[in-house]
Amino acid sequence: MPEIKINHSKITDIETVIKLCPFGAIEVKNGKVSINELCKLCRICILKGPKGAFELVEKQKRQIVKEQWKGIAVYADHFKGHIHGVTYELIGKAREMAKKLDYEVYALICGSCINKSAESLLEWGVDKVFSYDYKELKFFKIEPYTNVFCDFVAKVKPSVVLVGGTNLGRSLAPRVAATIKTGLTADCTLLDIQSNSDLDQIRPAFGGNIMAHIRTPQHRPQFATVRYKVFPTPERLKKENAEVVQCTIDTEKLSSRIVILDVKPKPKTLNIEEAEVIIAVGRGFKKREDLAMAEELAELLGGHVASSRPLIESGWIDSHKQIGLSGRTVKPKLIITCGISGSIQFRSGMSNSDVIMAINKDKNAPIFQIAHYAIIGDVYELIPKLIEKIKTSKTTLKN
Amino acid sequence: MNIVVCIKQVPISSDVEIDPKTGTLKRDGVDSKINPYDLYAIETAMLIKEKTKARVTAITMGPPQAKEILREALMMGIDKVVILSDRKFAGADVLATSYALSQGIRKLNSADIIICGKQTTDGDTAQIGPELAAFLNIPHAAYVSCIREVKEFSITVDCDMDETIQTCRLELPALITVGIEIGQPRLPSFSLKMKTRDRNIDLFSLDDLSDKNEDNYGLNGSPTQVIKIFPPESRSEKTTWEGDAETNASRILSKLNEFKII
Repeated sequence: MPEIKINHSKITDIETVIKLCPFGAIEVKNGKVSINELCKLCRICILKGPKGAFELVEKQKRQIVKEQWKGIAVYADHFKGHIHGVTYELIGKAREMAKKLDYEVYALICGSCINKSAESLLEWGVDKVFSYDYKELKFFKIEPYTNVFCDFVAKVKPSVVLVGGTNLGRSLAPRVAATIKTGLTADCTLLDIQSNSDLDQIRPAFGGNIMAHIRTPQHRPQFATVRYKVFPTPERLKKENAEVVQCTIDTEKLSSRIVILDVKPKPKTLNIEEAEVIIAVGRGFKKREDLAMAEELAELLGGHVASSRPLIESGWIDSHKQIGLSGRTVKPKLIITCGISGSIQFRSGMSNSDVIMAINKDKNAPIFQIAHYAIIGDVYELIPKLIEKIKTSKTTLKN
Repeated sequence: MNIVVCIKQVPISSDVEIDPKTGTLKRDGVDSKINPYDLYAIETAMLIKEKTKARVTAITMGPPQAKEILREALMMGIDKVVILSDRKFAGADVLATSYALSQGIRKLNSADIIICGKQTTDGDTAQIGPELAAFLNIPHAAYVSCIREVKEFSITVDCDMDETIQTCRLELPALITVGIEIGQPRLPSFSLKMKTRDRNIDLFSLDDLSDKNEDNYGLNGSPTQVIKIFPPESRSEKTTWEGDAETNASRILSKLNEFKII
């Protein structure tokens, strides 16, 4: 941020100088002219004041040597060695960007007895897998995982670090970014890299119908998280000389003030991320009982019901069935949105679906901006009709 | 025991628009409320308070208008409220925001448990809690779905780890982030409103914090920079169907057949 510097020797008439500023930002403090917080950097004082008395100076900016930071790293999210799908998607994006700058692609994996998993990552076009294999890392505890991550960053100095937007990733990435004091952009929907290695990060912002283009120009590494199913899974690729690097760390850095008492699998609920057909319901539904027609339609199409935020908040639908930035990202073959206006948060969670059919009464609803099929109508009239027609066509087929 | 709850003021409506010509936000006259997830953070603090007689402080950072949500927090049973407000805090990204909060909490001088909502409904980043814990150098657990036990020196919680529920005991001081699973937040009470209407709201500005270096706050202290904002793209090739339900149902059916869904 620039600021105004005052050359006191060039000021002879203090009274006139004070009147220069239309915002009253020039004042006298301890007998000296000074500038207070009302300054808008309008530069009137520079133009109209005594020559050389006021000067605009760029504050000394933090400078980093970007060339010292090379390569793109992906955090390999896994549970007991089973690699989470988001990891492959991020490796795919890392490969794409690394090509532009002739960078290497790295994966960081930490856990206990993870040799096989570390090896398996080599089949996805990674140049080096950095593995921290310690029994203390068997379960996710924030401090040792953070220490390992910071150790990796200090040793390898990657320019970009990508972390999957799982609950683990969304807890770990910010902790690491803050420890290193660098920037982190959450839930990016688009990523690209400039020739000077600045990462272009695009995400919905300000809780509104707006996208923000974000950069981290003076800090390295540049951290970004991306949700599962935002990027496609890449082709497998085995690079020559690709290798697993076993890393060591002081065991004292693996200590924690957290004790894991129990790890239970969550009651098996449907993962809407895996559904091929989704009927998404929203505020267009006036009563909880009315959701029955959405359930029926979903069943007829072999799909599942999911929802936007309002119905989750009203408690009508279970929170793990929420689509959107605060819920899940889905990419089914077909999604039919019923009575959803389509906030940017919701749309970011489903805009990559193969086919989007949107049903809404309001023809100006934002959901129609991304729909392949925009159907203007009332869900209360349309869905029962559709159910009836599907049933008829099914019986006709049987006969 | 002392509990600190971090809360944020968010716009009530998400109908924020962008002026395509100037590229600036049209955000005038947007009303604000407490971030809905922060209500669960307050509720969590109240549940712990009922059992342990803890003293609960709510802290927020924002313009002076953000005092409104602190008043609401008082009506829910919060004992003490603090606002971090300074022109030099403006334009802060996650790092600068959580750093300022960490400085504010250090000034409070005693926080055994810090509770944040798991995310906000405007930024949706879910980063402040973990970054704040990093600056305070205390353990944290995010996505806490249940508080099992609170003791003098520890808190035991269930964390939602997507596929599993991890039960863990954190040494105090510690930070947790909570969501909807905690249970319905209590409503603001009228009697508390009357009782707390003259309650002082403490204001911390940069001069009150121990680190007074303005390069660590606001826009100056923010590594990430928004270089452009723009409206999301709309789909160019789109089929629009108006007309009656009967016709539209037939059209949908024929597409379902075409895509081999049926």
